[in-house]
Amino acid sequence: MSMSNIATPLPTGVPPRQPGAGARPGIRPAVSPGLWALAWRRLRADRVAMVALAVVVSYLTLLVLSMSGLVARDWENEVGVNYAPPGFVGAQSAADSSALGNDSVKEAPPPENPLDPLRDVLRELRAATPAGGDAAPRPPVNDYGIADPLQAEMDAVRAELAMKGAAASMVRRETLPFGADKWGHDIVKKTIKGAETSIVVGLVAALLATVLGTLFGAMAGYFGGRVDDIFNWFYSIFTSVPYLLLILAVAAVLQQKGVLTIVLILGLTGWTGTFRLIRAEYLKHKNREYVWAADAIGASNLRKMFSHIFPNVSHVALVQVSILVVSFIKSEVILSFLGFGVPVGTVSWGSMLNEAQNELILGKWWQLTAASIAMALLVTAFSLFTDALRDALDPKLK
Amino acid sequence: MTAYILRRLWQMLPTMLGVILLVFILFNWVGGDPAYVLAGKMSNPEQIANIRRQLGVDQPFYIQLWIFIKQIATFDFGSSWSTGETVSNILKTRIGPSMTVLIPLTILETLLAIALALAVAFVRGSFTDRAVMVACTVGMSISILVYIIVFQYVLGYKLGIFPVQGWGDNVVQNLFRYSLLPILIGLAVSVAPSLRLFRTFVLDEVNQDYVRTARAKGVSERRILWVHVLRNAAIPIITYVMSNLPALLIGAFLIERFFSIPGIGREVILAVERSDFPVIKAITVYVAAATMLFNLLTDLLYQAVDPRVQLK
Repeated sequence: MSMSNIATPLPTGVPPRQPGAGARPGIRPAVSPGLWALAWRRLRADRVAMVALAVVVSYLTLLVLSMSGLVARDWENEVGVNYAPPGFVGAQSAADSSALGNDSVKEAPPPENPLDPLRDVLRELRAATPAGGDAAPRPPVNDYGIADPLQAEMDAVRAELAMKGAAASMVRRETLPFGADKWGHDIVKKTIKGAETSIVVGLVAALLATVLGTLFGAMAGYFGGRVDDIFNWFYSIFTSVPYLLLILAVAAVLQQKGVLTIVLILGLTGWTGTFRLIRAEYLKHKNREYVWAADAIGASNLRKMFSHIFPNVSHVALVQVSILVVSFIKSEVILSFLGFGVPVGTVSWGSMLNEAQNELILGKWWQLTAASIAMALLVTAFSLFTDALRDALDPKLK
Repeated sequence: MTAYILRRLWQMLPTMLGVILLVFILFNWVGGDPAYVLAGKMSNPEQIANIRRQLGVDQPFYIQLWIFIKQIATFDFGSSWSTGETVSNILKTRIGPSMTVLIPLTILETLLAIALALAVAFVRGSFTDRAVMVACTVGMSISILVYIIVFQYVLGYKLGIFPVQGWGDNVVQNLFRYSLLPILIGLAVSVAPSLRLFRTFVLDEVNQDYVRTARAKGVSERRILWVHVLRNAAIPIITYVMSNLPALLIGAFLIERFFSIPGIGREVILAVERSDFPVIKAITVYVAAATMLFNLLTDLLYQAVDPRVQLK
């Protein structure tokens, strides 16, 4: 983020970062570091902030690895037995859990040719002989004749299961590093996959909200007058409805679920805080000398707003992104938990918590713990980093 | 004073109109034709046309808007799409249970957070201060869902100290039996952010000149904090508490859902799950109106707390 596009000799508080250091050999020019360099220096001195930053960066690395498919791509493989306990607990409690889960593994239906023309006859014959039925348990009925509308899908699913299951169910493990869920998915991989969804939603929605808030705030603050009135009207409307209620109302209206829908809900409703701050900054900056100077050389409004003023208020926007990421991750988790968030089949921390609340009654605490800790660690680190970033960028606040 | 209140009420009108427009556009256009949502799966064109006539969505939009405004003014939103109960009745019967939990929660939370904030500010910079702040940050990072699930499981299900869930008709029983665990969870979630914020409000005051003056004339450190500083820190604290009240109404919806408390928040979730538009519309509009009135009330309270504030 370069400051050098503020081509003005007037004192702005933000000196150009790159004066020609090599131009005058022998004389060391008084180079004063730019805002970002200073902030970085302050941030680096803050040990808590650096640890927090390291945690956040490692989450983001994991996110990139997960998105590119290098990590946790196979999270849907049923590698463990159902509710396999974590390795450090040991497999002793696996006995009761396998009792619960094993029948679903074993009850593989006997192969039946769906194209068999005598299928219906066979079925009737089988049903008509109840005498031997008690001794040899009848296989579960898994075809309902021509009338079954889901038959084609079921056949496809069964074929796929036979392909996958044959390999996977053989080597299902009794314990996994952090246990398994109802279906035997590895919790560690599932948590990573859930992190991917939650963090991506948080980041993209925060960017959207900040861009909207900055754009609106810049226009309201810079132009003032009627424009300002209109945006303030919008602001008062959006802030008079409590945030969570607004989100739920929009979620009720947008019927289709999906990651994009959530991002839109959060982004379109979350711009108000950024708007207020950025508007105040533009009100302050629009009458500074450097803007007059830009005006004097014939810069257009857009150019003054975004090339001249914006670099001087961009730190406010950056802190806002950071604050919003945390709050949107929390909101996404709640929305997905309630079933208004990510669609079925997509895993996020919220959907994990939703599954985990029922597992807890059965004594299977590991999925709840994994999702809670993964989320709490990221949010703590992100909050601490945000606090430090704000202090570093605006030392006057302290 | 009266003139001030009247002018403020007058100024609310455009915002209220905006909220009405927002809700109207959201539910009548963005969500598609409401008739299709109501008709659901088993619909034929005739039924749809019928429902359209009933809802009035076959009318031009300004007439629809007028119908909506009339509904808001007369508190008559018709009946719920899923249960047939009138919306006004839903609002009337759900507000009581919500308040049974929220009023004690708000009072306890505010008092606790103020007391803790002053105590922490008293030992500012010490190890205790920093430890409490770190604990707050960590506590705030844990999802409210986790608090509810774990507290309900451990204190309700495992140890049996509190009922896992339930609600009756008896107010006293509701308050002292069924509300206790929800209030406890509410406190666990909301004291940490309030405490952090109130602490900064208090610390903003302790470097002021009047504190130095008080100290110079020999006022005890404790009296400075609890009498002089608290009075001045009250303004931002009141702003925060008051501005949180309407959100609290909805914000406790997770608690209400987990504990099956028949309050407003649970009603919102049910309505969203069932696409019960009249209920959501009514709650959104009235909560927005309540928010604006609370803002006015906050400004009036300022004057009561701080005689320097002049309402103009």
